[in-house]
Amino acid sequence: MRLTFWGTRGSIGVPGPDTVVYGGNTTCLGIETCDETIILDAGTGIRGLGVELARSMPVTCSIFISHTHWDHIQGLPFFVPLFVPGNTIKICGTFDPVNNKDLREVLAAQMDYNYFPVRSAELAADISYLTLREGQTVDCGSAQVTPVIMNHPVISFGYKVSCGGKSVFFTGDHEDYANIYEPGDPFYEEYETIILQKRAQIAGSIRGVDVLVSDCQYTEEEYPSKAGWGHSTPSMAVALAQAAGVKRLFLTHHEPTRPDAAMALFHAQIVERFKETGIEIDMAREGLSVEI
Amino acid sequence: MPDQDKNTNAERLLPLVEKIPAFSQSVSRVLSLASDINCSPKVLVEVVSGDPVLTMKILRLVNSAYFGLPNKITSVHQALVNLGLNTLKHTALSLAMLGVLPRKNDAGLDIDALWLHSLAVGLAARRLAQAKGVPKAESEDYFVAGLLHDVGKLVYASYEPARFARALETAALDQVDLTVPERAELGATHAEVGALLAERWGLAEPLRLALAGHHAPSDETPAMLTDVVFVANQVVKRKNLGFSGNPALTPMPAGVRERLTLTAEAVGAALEELPLELQNARVILQL
Repeated sequence: MRLTFWGTRGSIGVPGPDTVVYGGNTTCLGIETCDETIILDAGTGIRGLGVELARSMPVTCSIFISHTHWDHIQGLPFFVPLFVPGNTIKICGTFDPVNNKDLREVLAAQMDYNYFPVRSAELAADISYLTLREGQTVDCGSAQVTPVIMNHPVISFGYKVSCGGKSVFFTGDHEDYANIYEPGDPFYEEYETIILQKRAQIAGSIRGVDVLVSDCQYTEEEYPSKAGWGHSTPSMAVALAQAAGVKRLFLTHHEPTRPDAAMALFHAQIVERFKETGIEIDMAREGLSVEI
Repeated sequence: MPDQDKNTNAERLLPLVEKIPAFSQSVSRVLSLASDINCSPKVLVEVVSGDPVLTMKILRLVNSAYFGLPNKITSVHQALVNLGLNTLKHTALSLAMLGVLPRKNDAGLDIDALWLHSLAVGLAARRLAQAKGVPKAESEDYFVAGLLHDVGKLVYASYEPARFARALETAALDQVDLTVPERAELGATHAEVGALLAERWGLAEPLRLALAGHHAPSDETPAMLTDVVFVANQVVKRKNLGFSGNPALTPMPAGVRERLTLTAEAVGAALEELPLELQNARVILQL
């Protein structure tokens, strides 16, 4: 399978001279298996992927949405294959227990006429929507995709994609769990145990993959003022890779205010700091394509 | 209505309202936490855990097919780690509000249908509030107001079943607004009784006003919450989602139309998916 980063930025697209190396488009990963294209998230990066796919129509592909915050769905209305009859596109993602909305409705909202000139009802491809529950494996040609609930302010899925003995896990937006109690509080230990169980469940879902792609929006220094926002630091991403025994780690969902020069420095510091772990750590860069 | 009649009614109705159990402290606290954007997870857990019935209902819901989690959730702490603060907060709020009211009566009122109607109005009010740009945390108040708008009917059905049964029958036979036979049979409308109950429960003033005014929003003291619940109630009735016991539809008063500035098309668009949402949310009624 081949993994390509079409969008690597978190929160908002930041095209410009300062982001040409690491990329300015928001989250989108493309995975080519032997018989299908699997797309993880539909940030603005999905536009380029759509143009690429449109060269050889009809297209059959599956799009898995980690969660429906803008930076993970905003490119969808510009995904060309959606507009062409004969293409078959499956869109899968989380449910929303707070608003009781399913995926189709949430995605249709961004194509409301107030925001976009084409209504979702007018999309000409054969589109199906699938609202997933944790652990529900979806077959995409010869590949399987399985969602895991991660830690973000809304229900957000990480996805494991397996095909032909190779596999990759993408965390989507994720922050490590924090104990809500102080040490010494009577509930501290109980809460800690539950966190350990949840961490173990996630690590268990990732274990054995060839590549882990993890959220790593913040530096350790930035994190304290962003705790609870649902994003990871290098130490969280590396701890996850270690817990799951993964040897190759790509960091993504780059902080939009971090220009290329600062990204390169951030990367170098991470590589130096975690060299003892034996994990190959790379920064996701828009356009980077990796054979797994 | 002359002031003297008003007092007589209030005097007559108060003992009725007082029969309804007081809001438990945990429910009041969940209600205030729900609209608190800085709600501390620790406090929410403390409040929920302190109420065994609420805890049990939450665990039943998060373990239901609706959430479809592969691992069994056995504590509020575990629900928080697995589903996050927002989901837990919303679940607690929905279940707490539903838990305070009686589910049976002798007035022949179909309580399940009324609950479905109330839930639909709650969901619709929240959607309309969001369409009006009300911030997310605040839109929970619209959900609560919609959910509780007909609570006065439950007071009547539980404690004045014979008279209320006659009012329901008259409304059905004559196809008139239920508030008319209510006033004739019981001396006050379910909206007025609901407002008294809101007062007894110490609910916020805008919520009390919304319950009081949901059939006739006031032009003198206009409030968006009341206007939105009015519209939500009428749309839900028109869509036949559940049944409130009231066969009549009230046309939109000019004041509400002017204040809300929502076209029929915008209302339609905001509520297009309501039946589907209601279908998804029904699970909370079964608990």
